[in-house]
Amino acid sequence: MTNHWVDIKNANLVVIMGGNPAEAHPVGFRWVVDAKIHNNAKVMVIDPRFTRSAAVADEYVPLRSGTDITFLLGVANYLLSNDKIQHEYVLNYTNASFLVRDDFSFNEGLFSGYDAQKRIYDKASWAYQLDEHGFAKRDPSLSNPRCVFNLLKEHVSRYTPEIVENICGTTQERFKVACELFAETATPDKTMTSLYALGWTEHTVGSQNIRAMAIIQLLLGNIGMPGGGINALRGHTNVQGITDLGIMATALPGYLALPSEKFPDLPTFLAAVTPKTLVQGQVNYWGNYSKFFVSLLKSFYGDKATPENHFGYDWLPKWDRLNDFMYTMSAMEDGKLNGCICQGINLLASFPDSNKSIRALSKLKYLVVIDPMDNETSCFWQNHGEFNDVNPASIQTEVFRLPSSCFAEEEGALVNSGRLLQWHWKGADVPGEGRDDSECIAGIMMAVRRLYESEGGKAVEPLLNMSWNYVNPEAPAAEAVAKEMNGRALVDLTDAGGNVVLHKGQLLSSFAQMRDDGTTTGGCWIFTGSWTEAGNQMARRSNADPSGLGVMPGWAWAWPLNRRVLYNRASLDPQGKPWDPKRKLLWWNGAAWTGYDVPDFGAAPPGSAVMPFIMQADGVGGLFAQGKMAEGPFPEHYEPIETPLGTNPLHPNVVSNPVTRIMKNDDNFGDPKKYPYVATTYRLTEHFHTLTKSSKLNAITQPEAFAEISETLAKKVGVQSGDMIKVSSSRGAIKLKAAVTKRIQMFKVNGQEVETVGLPIHWGFKGVAVKGYLANRLTTAVGDANAQTPEYKAFLVNVEKA
Amino acid sequence: MTQDLIQRSATNDLTQAPQVRDFQQQVAKLIDTTICIGCKACQVACSEWNDYRPEIGHTVGVYDNPADLGPKAWTVMRYNEVVENGKLQWLMRKDGCMHCEDPGCLKSCPVPGAIVKHANGIVDFVSDLCTGCGYCIAGCPFNIPRQNPVDKRVYKCTLCIDRVSVGQEPACVKTCPTSAIMFGSKEGMKVRADERVAELQSRGFANAGLYDPQGVGGTHVMYVLHHADRPELYGGLPKDPAISPMVSFWKGIFKPLAAVGFIATFAAAALHYIGSGPVTEDDEEDHHD
Repeated sequence: MTNHWVDIKNANLVVIMGGNPAEAHPVGFRWVVDAKIHNNAKVMVIDPRFTRSAAVADEYVPLRSGTDITFLLGVANYLLSNDKIQHEYVLNYTNASFLVRDDFSFNEGLFSGYDAQKRIYDKASWAYQLDEHGFAKRDPSLSNPRCVFNLLKEHVSRYTPEIVENICGTTQERFKVACELFAETATPDKTMTSLYALGWTEHTVGSQNIRAMAIIQLLLGNIGMPGGGINALRGHTNVQGITDLGIMATALPGYLALPSEKFPDLPTFLAAVTPKTLVQGQVNYWGNYSKFFVSLLKSFYGDKATPENHFGYDWLPKWDRLNDFMYTMSAMEDGKLNGCICQGINLLASFPDSNKSIRALSKLKYLVVIDPMDNETSCFWQNHGEFNDVNPASIQTEVFRLPSSCFAEEEGALVNSGRLLQWHWKGADVPGEGRDDSECIAGIMMAVRRLYESEGGKAVEPLLNMSWNYVNPEAPAAEAVAKEMNGRALVDLTDAGGNVVLHKGQLLSSFAQMRDDGTTTGGCWIFTGSWTEAGNQMARRSNADPSGLGVMPGWAWAWPLNRRVLYNRASLDPQGKPWDPKRKLLWWNGAAWTGYDVPDFGAAPPGSAVMPFIMQADGVGGLFAQGKMAEGPFPEHYEPIETPLGTNPLHPNVVSNPVTRIMKNDDNFGDPKKYPYVATTYRLTEHFHTLTKSSKLNAITQPEAFAEISETLAKKVGVQSGDMIKVSSSRGAIKLKAAVTKRIQMFKVNGQEVETVGLPIHWGFKGVAVKGYLANRLTTAVGDANAQTPEYKAFLVNVEKA
Repeated sequence: MTQDLIQRSATNDLTQAPQVRDFQQQVAKLIDTTICIGCKACQVACSEWNDYRPEIGHTVGVYDNPADLGPKAWTVMRYNEVVENGKLQWLMRKDGCMHCEDPGCLKSCPVPGAIVKHANGIVDFVSDLCTGCGYCIAGCPFNIPRQNPVDKRVYKCTLCIDRVSVGQEPACVKTCPTSAIMFGSKEGMKVRADERVAELQSRGFANAGLYDPQGVGGTHVMYVLHHADRPELYGGLPKDPAISPMVSFWKGIFKPLAAVGFIATFAAAALHYIGSGPVTEDDEEDHHD
């Protein structure tokens, strides 16, 4: 979230698209209700299904799954052609006026630089025109045809209401209602908040779905504003924390990059990743990259990290390819892996194409499953009749089950969607032989280290040099790890005037104190300030709200630096006056920025040329994304990898995302003639993924698997609610109950009728609920080109009476 | 707590109820169906507080699980898909005992003190006195009480009388994430409802209103509805609920003559006839218990 949960109450319009918070975030949803009741807000749900969120919305607008970009660029087109944008914001706080290189182009579905052979782009042309100092050229009059504003206008001009109706299946009348609601928030005193979740990310164009909404929010002046923002609603208890700590194939904690093998040493790497300021005088905070990175290396390797050895840079693994979970499963299926440690996920139930997962797990020598439950993953080798029809005798994988704690059995911080680190204490001890997750991992680490110490081995330095200074190294305490994340001074730190600000050994209070000379540590720079010499900031529990805007700065602690609204300088005009006096978060006190929230800005006074988007090298919000995205600087409509249309009405030669990674064995796509219906998987309020089917109360409230289908599809298939149906894709088939509902409807798209099949994912062959098939037997292992999130939300199936 | 009982079943009106504790507030639960998201947290909280667990059932193609109220399901969510002027609405209502000011169950109960009404308006079943005759089932205009086939006794929502008595709100109220379930004095809840209705009318729900049916003297569980003119849309909430004439007949005229055995027998037979439907249905429902 750029903003935070409580802030939703400040919105005038709540747009729920790509998510279903009433279903998946019922507790946070109270702020949507609060906005309605106390701020007279309108709530609009844009979704293929009429959801629980839609049930309490003012407007429900249907669209075919996988067509969000068409819809959103249609909205952008409406805003631009009807002059419903916040001009001063767009001119000053976005890159609308920046000139783009002349060799950038877009033709017939492809941006300039496409390599059809490798399915990647050379992004060199997706960049600004630079002057002789290396700064971006601008045209504040917005008349230059190469300025971002005009390129965007041209790009979205194709997304007319007729095109939206033809691709999304949304009637022009409903689309107009939606556009008008969006447009109402173009005035400085009205904001729209965008709430999304996996409904946007689980597409082959997932990241670009979010980009499309970001463009709209920038045009409307809603970023940085209380009641505005782009707000990702995170699902799993601590999935925001996982992202922050970089548990991904090419990431390190704090959104730092894990170096690839292209960078042989630290200086080369830092030179490549540290952005150059693109507009004179901008803050460009990532310019401090080296301080965060070196502090992280000091945290990893302690005293072993010295300036002479580049702080242990050589000990970091360097990636050659994206070794993400989908690549790993393919490699496992090819027999390239011996073992797998699976923690924090019920892999077999949650990964796409579960038949493939079974084939892959069966090739392993050993599998370690760290989980509170004896879940499907650790039982993949068991025969459970039709629900898991394997032959145990033919599977040689040795499975080790390490029973672990649930979140309520652990102490520590959880990071919520609003970047709030909330410390929590144990509710109960782990039962039986269970151990803390950290204890399980530390135990394995220590045992392996002892083996290497006694027996030796290849490339053992990373393991042996790792700093591991815990009172009990077999079970690091949450408190110790939290302080390690925060970071310390390793010498007396002085300010510019030579005054000591921190003594050697003290905890840092800000990442601004970090150095790149090895005199500070910090395991995750964005968490610095969470546990300072003043104590555990995450354990604070004051709900005082001096602003009345729900900022509550004394409740727990938000990264970065306890800031609740990111880019909050953009809530003020260039002269420092709030766009809306009722939403005053910050002000200039004559010498510095201050306010109810922590200012997201440097020390430049009002009226200066310094712009509010301090993490950007150009200081502004990006309508045009320079070189960052895999498939283009502007979003473009691409059909899901399995499309019911078999074509793209905008450009038939480029049907789906041209840069998605398709691995061998995963190109088993369904033919729409055989699998004509669009399936989409999702969660229900009553369950938490595949964990709570082991809980009796949850099982009582939703006992059995079902698929939601429209009345028209039910008639076609010849079934009624409660009948068994068989849903099949080119990868597998499942049987489950039919739930025939008006909440799912047929779409008229590009001259054909498209039906949606809704598949909640909560059942399996373990637990106390009624046994069922894993929904992921059906899904495709192709994902978003940037994040590799699988396309769970749009794939092709057939439905028959079972 | 017995000093709070202002009405008890099968007890002659000549026996006056305790009247010293006359400073008790009338309470009410207000359920705002217009901000209910149907999450079923209320169902789970009810199960947890009251220590019951129904069997894990099956889905029949709707979100209603358990499919109906039961001796071990004192509250259930009812989901209704309604198309109004071409626009779909998914109406959700938490169903359960309404705690009538004029309770049909209490009036029809033949066992002295097996059903009681507290001074704050809560209607409760005193289970150890219940003989399982099922008359309360027939007497309820909302089809709420359910008989347990194992012990034959009849159960329903207690409005968490054990919590309310010590100054806490009912478990469902405490757990509701959107504050769609509220609890307080009946007067206070009516004021709250007025605010909600005004807000709904400003959003175009011209017939929004409060459900507090006067046919049963008003209720201590009230609903805010978008369509107060058509409560039946919400899983069959009766438009004008009233106590069955047979119960009124029995209580109003014959009860003072209850000593006359043959008349009582006649009335009981008649009531059992009315009551037998739901009891049988319930027996089937809970066959697995």
